[in-house]
Amino acid sequence: MRRSKYTRPAWLGEQAEGGQGTADRPRLTTSAMIASLAGPDQRTKPAPFGHALAALAETRPEIVGLTADLAKYTDLHVFAKAHPDRFYQMGMAEQLLISAAAGMAREGFMPFATTYAVFAARRAYDFICMAIAEENLNVKIVCALPGLTTGYGPSHQATEDVAIFRGMPNIAIVDPCDAHEIEQAVPAIAAHDGPVYMRLLRGNVPLVLDEYGYRFEFGKAKTLRDGNDVLIVSSGLMTMRALEAADALASDNVDVAVLHVPTIKPLDEATILKEASRTGRMVVVAENHTIVGGLGEAVAGLLMRSGVFPAAFRQIALPDEFLDAGALPTLHDRYGLSVAAVTRSIKGWL
Amino acid sequence: MTTSTSQAAPRPQAHALTNVSLADRAYRIRRNALRMGEVQGQGYIAQALGIADVLAVSYFHAMRFRPEDPEWEERDRFLLSIGHYAIALYAALIEAGIIPEDELESYGTDDSRLPMSGMAAYTPGMEITGGSLGHGLGLAVGFCFGLKRKRSTSFVYCLFSDGELGEGSIWEAAWSASHWQLDNLIGIVDVNNQQADGPASQVTGFEPLAERFAAFGWHVQRVDGNDVDALVAAFDAARGLAEPKPRIIICDTKMAKGVPFLEERERNHFLRVEPHEWRQAIELLDAGRTS
Repeated sequence: MRRSKYTRPAWLGEQAEGGQGTADRPRLTTSAMIASLAGPDQRTKPAPFGHALAALAETRPEIVGLTADLAKYTDLHVFAKAHPDRFYQMGMAEQLLISAAAGMAREGFMPFATTYAVFAARRAYDFICMAIAEENLNVKIVCALPGLTTGYGPSHQATEDVAIFRGMPNIAIVDPCDAHEIEQAVPAIAAHDGPVYMRLLRGNVPLVLDEYGYRFEFGKAKTLRDGNDVLIVSSGLMTMRALEAADALASDNVDVAVLHVPTIKPLDEATILKEASRTGRMVVVAENHTIVGGLGEAVAGLLMRSGVFPAAFRQIALPDEFLDAGALPTLHDRYGLSVAAVTRSIKGWL
Repeated sequence: MTTSTSQAAPRPQAHALTNVSLADRAYRIRRNALRMGEVQGQGYIAQALGIADVLAVSYFHAMRFRPEDPEWEERDRFLLSIGHYAIALYAALIEAGIIPEDELESYGTDDSRLPMSGMAAYTPGMEITGGSLGHGLGLAVGFCFGLKRKRSTSFVYCLFSDGELGEGSIWEAAWSASHWQLDNLIGIVDVNNQQADGPASQVTGFEPLAERFAAFGWHVQRVDGNDVDALVAAFDAARGLAEPKPRIIICDTKMAKGVPFLEERERNHFLRVEPHEWRQAIELLDAGRTS
């Protein structure tokens, strides 16, 4: 049966709730694409990817930047301004974006190609697969709006991008958590000789991991916090949610460890196995991605293959559905990615 | 934005001039292709025979390369978008001395460097992995960007086909190539009017092709792709053009050209050849050369 979401909002016509809603129930609206993911009290840094790439390009003349009409929306405009002669505006043509990047890599350059995650994963898949991954070319594909990071609906929500790229040989998948990590990941993925797909948080990006003395290393998972009851294995923005949920759960005497896995492929199997082998802990994998084919299934498969069976195994992930449009905080709560929802889920499983 | 290829720098000579005529080159490309077909018992032989003259003029008149060094930086790049034409390009690469002649016996066999569909990782002189149609011209745009950044005088030749024009990515690349004034790009379209499901002119139609590329900002020539003299003139004009435009040579070719009984056979994307016919075809090709 054809999907339909047509339902007239019940509150329409209710005088008391007109305009901005009520004090206890403010009416949230879909934020602009360019809006920040950061909470109101969160420290942020502007355009960490663009600044890091522009800085790296000072010493790496082979770096070029390409985009498909989304320079501003992927922070590549910072690079374009710093290195205008090394910036290629390919227009709204993602297949060409990827093909041209592949051709430049063949001529010895290191292209950073940016677009939205949906367009790279869905529209340009065959081109990334055959023109870049099959030849193991040194192209870095950096994509904004990974998973559920916009309220625009399925056209812009790349809820299955990791699943798509995990199935592609040779390409590495990096899912950084915050501005601190993005800054460090840029030179690190440049140092990796091969294709990389990096999920990007753009604009004013939350700054979290600097307080943990964290350093990004390609292919390495890192323990950000230790705990005896629950091990959260997470990537991307879910790591900041996991850290906040761990704080919240600590006040309920639940001791939560957080293992951050920013490189989803190749997976740091040794570290994950070591942490998951510790007896008595429930393993919860948290990811900003559909429950199908992402970090959760990667970790589950690894544990099963290795004969490691934790006390329990749970996943915090998006449902296997086309998600709603709406305000991002509403959606993160609805689909289980907010701090409150993560905390609630873990409490319920204990 | 870099816009022009410096034509002032002399183009280094790739190989000594020989007395071998282009028609002889085309004949030997056809013969190599037929021998590969004979080994394998199959192959896109009709396309190979049809495009042999274009490949002969490309490799032995227009392009610079070093047989002993397929990755030579100063080489012209030849991008085969239509991966199933690999049999034709192998035949040309053998004639060019890039692949040893005895290797044609391995065509399509397990562990061969000459797989049925062309892949860059397998074969010296194969610049790209084609086969997923619609990839070549976009890749060519990237090669052209890279060469311009290096101030190279090398050209990028990209061979694609009439049926392939249905892929939207071709037109993304065509649009972009003229926007970026890629005067180091020479596209070659093989118009044999045959694609998998029938005549390309009927499946969805591709005309008016010259006008379409002209409207996309390309310098356009259309020639008989089995007329060596016409091809030489067209390649010379494409290379010598001063206008900062990508250039395209639309080549109308005859499938199975050079083997009369195959030329007459019912037209098909994958031409059936009976086992005993390969030898017969080679003999007819040889006879046609001397007649």
